Amino acid sequence: MTDSGLLPSGPAGQRLRQWQRFTPLQRVARAGFYVGVLIAIIWAMRTIQIIPEFLYDAPQQTADLFVRMWPIDWSWYPKTVHAALIETLHTATLGTILAVLLASPVALMVARNVTRSVVLNNVGRLILVATRSVHSLMWALFFVAVFGPGALAGVLAIAVHSIGFTGKFLSEAIEEAKPGPLEALVATGAPPAAVLIKGIWPQVKPAFLAIAMFRWDINVRESAVLGLVGGGGLGMALDTALSNLYWDQAGLVLVVILAVVIVTEIVTAWARSRII
Amino acid sequence: MSQAGPVQPRVAFPPNWTSRIVTVAICAYVVYAAQIVDFTWARFLTGLDQGRRFVARMFPPDFSADKLDLLYGGLVESMQIAILATVFGTLISLPLGIAAARNLAPAPIAWAARGAIALFRTLHPIVIAILFVKAVGFGALAGTLALTVASVGFVSKLVAEAVEEMSMAQVEAVRATGASFASVIVMGVFPQVMPRFIGFTAYELDSNLRNSALVGIVGGGGIGAPLFTAFQRFDYDFVLTIVLAIIAIVMVGEVVSGWMRRLFQ
Repeated sequence: MTDSGLLPSGPAGQRLRQWQRFTPLQRVARAGFYVGVLIAIIWAMRTIQIIPEFLYDAPQQTADLFVRMWPIDWSWYPKTVHAALIETLHTATLGTILAVLLASPVALMVARNVTRSVVLNNVGRLILVATRSVHSLMWALFFVAVFGPGALAGVLAIAVHSIGFTGKFLSEAIEEAKPGPLEALVATGAPPAAVLIKGIWPQVKPAFLAIAMFRWDINVRESAVLGLVGGGGLGMALDTALSNLYWDQAGLVLVVILAVVIVTEIVTAWARSRII
Repeated sequence: MSQAGPVQPRVAFPPNWTSRIVTVAICAYVVYAAQIVDFTWARFLTGLDQGRRFVARMFPPDFSADKLDLLYGGLVESMQIAILATVFGTLISLPLGIAAARNLAPAPIAWAARGAIALFRTLHPIVIAILFVKAVGFGALAGTLALTVASVGFVSKLVAEAVEEMSMAQVEAVRATGASFASVIVMGVFPQVMPRFIGFTAYELDSNLRNSALVGIVGGGGIGAPLFTAFQRFDYDFVLTIVLAIIAIVMVGEVVSGWMRRLFQ
């Protein structure tokens, strides 16, 4: 007696057939999945190390945090934070431009309608995954070790980490390009470079700009914290304030980060509605 | 045999002056900004040399027993942080996302929820982690709380969008039977948003696995602390071990979240 719905047709099967949303295999897999999730949660809850002594005074510490931050030390803004803010914006912008430059060839390599070699496609895809898997803060640690602390390390960290994201979406946009114009150009005997510039570029340009804009928005957020590991910008100012325990200055940096992120979001939303 | 006549020859590709000016402007900016961040050819060459030495010191990766213990402890803690932050974050996101959906929640509640989500989304997880380290002390709890807040910001926005895009017909059908608000949510809304919600959860697990390697840099527990220390002590061979382990974990996480998505599609 089964109720799987896989019964032979005929009167007996017809009588027993019952509608089921999932096949038995699916149900077993889902049940197994739920059990697995439950085990993972219980394991994590039981073994995670939490130091209870720290928790007793958490409310006081939280209150203390805000008391120390208030009033915010606005006088610190012209001295240090303004320059750091400008540096953060440069880091994000330059990093995004560099990322687009680096990602474009990789995206062309990944796009199956441009590069007709499975091996090259996969090599490109590997580059995209590898750059994306390592977080920009880790790239920053690496570039600080190589080029020394400063905005340069931040720019390179942002650029390299963004290759994965930018290249992935760019290659998808290229793959969606209509083959008609490309074939027309090839039929006139146009060289590959001309097909690229006059056939593919006009088709992917809006997507290209939108991707760059979207990434810039993300990069402003990320470059604001790169300074914590030596990447320059607002994070550096935050790090200085925190290691001096000047919470009123740290509060100022946090407010500036909040403001710049909100402004960036508004700017990109406005630009997106104008371009697309 | 052309039809003749004084027809103006048509330019196939007329010059696009806006795009040329923009290109020139971007080039000018790059030159200017490169100067600001002190990017010179000499520095690049020194960096290349330095980079070569750096990479040389990374090999072979350090697999000695005491380092592996450190690595194992950090990775386990990172995974615990990621799992708990994903569970709590997505569980909070579901009601918050529904509260932020303008087709279900009354306008004042929706706007309040949207404001909260925007605030959570704006701050980078690392910055949130700094605040939680001060509030609850060093350790995994601070990291978990920070990533939970970051997950709430990300997932509840997507949940709100999913709820706003769903079909209201089913919701109205359930309402017409006289069902309570809770029943409307459970019978009319959940079945429609569940597949996408699972997708967001899978994505968030991925992203929390990546971020849990970072919160340690500011004292939030996990593998980030050993990584940062190894960098500062120039133990680059151990750095490579940690980075390889993180990449492996992230890839395993990607496979698991891929299963999860396929299972619930």
